[in-house]
Amino acid sequence: MRIIPFAISTIVTAGLVFAFNRPLGPLPMPAGKFLSPQHGFWQNAEPSNASFDADLNFPGLKGKAEVYFDERLVPHVFAENDDDLYFLQGYLHAKFRLFQMDLQTKAAAGRASEIAGKKAINYDKEQRRLGMVYAAENAMKEVDKDPATKAMFDAYTSGVNAYISTLKESTLPVEYKLLNCKPEKWTNFRSAILLKMMAKMLSSGTENDLTNTNAKSVFIPDELKMMYPQVPDSLAPIVPKGTVFEKPGIVPVQPASADSLYFDNKGTITAREISKPDINNGSNNWVVAGTKTQSGSPILCNDPHLELSLPSIWYEMQLQTPGSNSYGVSLPGSPYIIIGFNDSIAWGVTNAQRDVKDYYEIKFKDKTKKEYWFRGNWEPTTQRIEEIKVKGGQTIFDTVAYTIYGPVMFDESFSNESSNKRNLAVRWVAHDPSNEAVTFYKLNRARNYDEYEAAIKTFECPGQNFVFASKAGDIAIWQQGKFPARWDRQGLYVMPGEDSSYMWQGFIPQTENPHSKNPERGFLESANQRPADSTYPYFIPGSYITPRGITIEKYLSVMTGIVPADMMKLQNNYFNSLAEDARTILLQYVRENDLNAAEKKYLDLVKNWDLMASPDSKGQTVYQCWWDSLMVGIWEDDLSRVNPMAKYPEEQTTMELLKKDSVCKFIDDINTKQTETLFDVVTASLKKASVDLAKNEADGKLTWAKFKNPTVYHLIKDLKGFSRPGLNIGGNGNILNAVTHSHGPSWRMIIQLTTPTEAYGVYPGGQSGNPGSKYYDDYLDNWVAGKYNKLWFMREGDRTDKNIKWVMKFSKG
Amino acid sequence: MKFLVAILLTALLAFISGLFLPWWGMALTSLGVAVLVHQKAGKAFLAGLLGVFLLWAGLAWWIDMKNNGVLSKKIATVLPLGGNSLVLILVTGIIGGLVAGMAAMSGSFLRSSNK
Repeated sequence: MRIIPFAISTIVTAGLVFAFNRPLGPLPMPAGKFLSPQHGFWQNAEPSNASFDADLNFPGLKGKAEVYFDERLVPHVFAENDDDLYFLQGYLHAKFRLFQMDLQTKAAAGRASEIAGKKAINYDKEQRRLGMVYAAENAMKEVDKDPATKAMFDAYTSGVNAYISTLKESTLPVEYKLLNCKPEKWTNFRSAILLKMMAKMLSSGTENDLTNTNAKSVFIPDELKMMYPQVPDSLAPIVPKGTVFEKPGIVPVQPASADSLYFDNKGTITAREISKPDINNGSNNWVVAGTKTQSGSPILCNDPHLELSLPSIWYEMQLQTPGSNSYGVSLPGSPYIIIGFNDSIAWGVTNAQRDVKDYYEIKFKDKTKKEYWFRGNWEPTTQRIEEIKVKGGQTIFDTVAYTIYGPVMFDESFSNESSNKRNLAVRWVAHDPSNEAVTFYKLNRARNYDEYEAAIKTFECPGQNFVFASKAGDIAIWQQGKFPARWDRQGLYVMPGEDSSYMWQGFIPQTENPHSKNPERGFLESANQRPADSTYPYFIPGSYITPRGITIEKYLSVMTGIVPADMMKLQNNYFNSLAEDARTILLQYVRENDLNAAEKKYLDLVKNWDLMASPDSKGQTVYQCWWDSLMVGIWEDDLSRVNPMAKYPEEQTTMELLKKDSVCKFIDDINTKQTETLFDVVTASLKKASVDLAKNEADGKLTWAKFKNPTVYHLIKDLKGFSRPGLNIGGNGNILNAVTHSHGPSWRMIIQLTTPTEAYGVYPGGQSGNPGSKYYDDYLDNWVAGKYNKLWFMREGDRTDKNIKWVMKFSKG
Repeated sequence: MKFLVAILLTALLAFISGLFLPWWGMALTSLGVAVLVHQKAGKAFLAGLLGVFLLWAGLAWWIDMKNNGVLSKKIATVLPLGGNSLVLILVTGIIGGLVAGMAAMSGSFLRSSNK
């Protein structure tokens, strides 16, 4: 009787197959499926001599097209018409970056729980309640109204889906194999929500209404002005000082009840945002006129600072048709070149950092949230029921009420604390219907200043500083966006939602947005600072970053005979302009006699420091720890009076405050009986910092790069093996080379507008999103070293050039 | 001789299966080989195990060599196997081999029970 052993061994076999075909332990991938060399991850191990040649036919194409890859795997797309051009852009984005497009747009739409399970539910709720899907739907309506944009989106979507439909189990990107899931078809909506993801990243973290409201409950207006000033003393604004502004086209009126209902309202807010974008989401850009360059032509530079990731947020490419030719970086998930150049012009962007999002307190009639009190009436809300699918859990339904302002983001069913549940509606410019995509379509084709201006003037959100240079010799910058015209301090705090007089009364006319063209000084720059000095006739709050603008001006104002190599040095510059003043304060007020030997040693490092945040600098590490410790010493006691704690004032603000007033009231520790002086606090903060510094020194982490451990993480941070830690690079958020632990220049670009154009660029990643490809992170070391790739602007006549390594031929079929 | 034939046939059919069927197709082919080339259960198990072990580990090694170990080092960190590519290749072979070996044992019993 062999039937029993047969049954047993068959059951064991089936059991093994079953076990290896499903997740084992904490990791989601099935062992058998994942390890099989013919199906699993081994299939993603790209041979180092892989060829990218191909002959492909798709019914979605109109004609023939070719994609020429150079040795860095940058595609130069040559199509006969726009539709095929964007079809191919979609196809290439999907081929090289599918997982990131899929993941990022799912997360943006509040669908992270479908991949990550329960732990992402609150994140998803917040995305939905912020109205991300609502915003993208509104954008879609605008896209559908404009046949040209719609056609480009359609073509792009078909291209992405053409690639997705070629996928087999073995050719799925390795992340899908790890997560045991499949890509979802692309839609125009997903491109729209990707642009809203950028809007959130760049225009949602630029206000602090909730924490400001709490600060207002404790501090008097004069204190608030000292802690959170609108115009820094040392500001180097985007629009050169002395620019004369027109009389404002709109003068908003402060409501009569503002003092009692708004400024003197001492109510606090316990709710807070879960995924507040990084304050360092900033950037540098600048342009120098021909009068300052060796060639006599303008040079334009841009480095957008974002959370760094592998794969990179950017994908480099050239897009050519008989009517257009542009080169630069694109955002996988969206058509067009976002930052780049064409035959006639170059353009770049930095973030405007303006506050375009306010909160209004809403009073509901009852728990159904169907009516709210507005202008003396119960007005109906519209309700959206958000369905959140959860991997390995039950689907969650979340009802969000929409008011005249926008969605009620925080209410009883969504609040981070158990008490003080106030209903807060969000008014955010990103919700308004607009078509940002068309700006890039036009910029890609713009030939001169007028066409650049026409391209950007409809761009609404996120507000950007569009820098420009042309071969005709013009340089310009516009801070472009749709910005509310506010009365003084409107929207710094949560506003009453019952009264229409607190609503935005209008927007600053587009022509009054801060801008400058061909200034006498021969250069323009933006680095997330306040765009204009106090003579600008509008109240424009924001999360501005001051130091980098000062540094750029310091260098550019004295430079002449500039060549691209000088600009490379400047983008990689480590000068710490804030520390120049801050160190003076530290050294002036430290009591050397109170220090022990170790503390004295650290003091000497700061004394002898060259003010450069270079990777091997010990002075930068000691300075930063000392300054951070001083910030705590000065503010912690005061801010703790607010519950939850108020936001720390900026480093720049603190420095300027101490420089102006060394006996300023915040210096004293209110929790002690004696009155501390600046001498006490500066000395104590060095002593405190020395304890941490000694630990770091013992671990060999006193040099700046070792201390901050610059790391480019994979999009899924837990996948440690896919990340690149321990990069030997200096810098910091307030330094031109703005590398923090995992954030920094996501693309460095330098364009000299000579004929032919001389272009350089590098980003911390590689063209392939596949961790099994040698092109996954092959630019990273160059980026760390401050080296650039020369960008090859391919011409029609170059189709047989030696720079071409591989050719993909596409035709209708 | 029979043992060697079983190993080679197991590997060959598993490879062909891998071109058309999901990864577990090799369990069916390995069972089939054990029916066709009948051996005692223990030997059948070993032949099945070795056949697919050699195929999977061999393919993985070949792929890894052409890839310069770029991906295997990363996966061996994620799994976690200390970033050791060789261990990952061995684990790959063992997982495949175990399934095939058990399937082959079933095949051996199947044929025996038919007698």
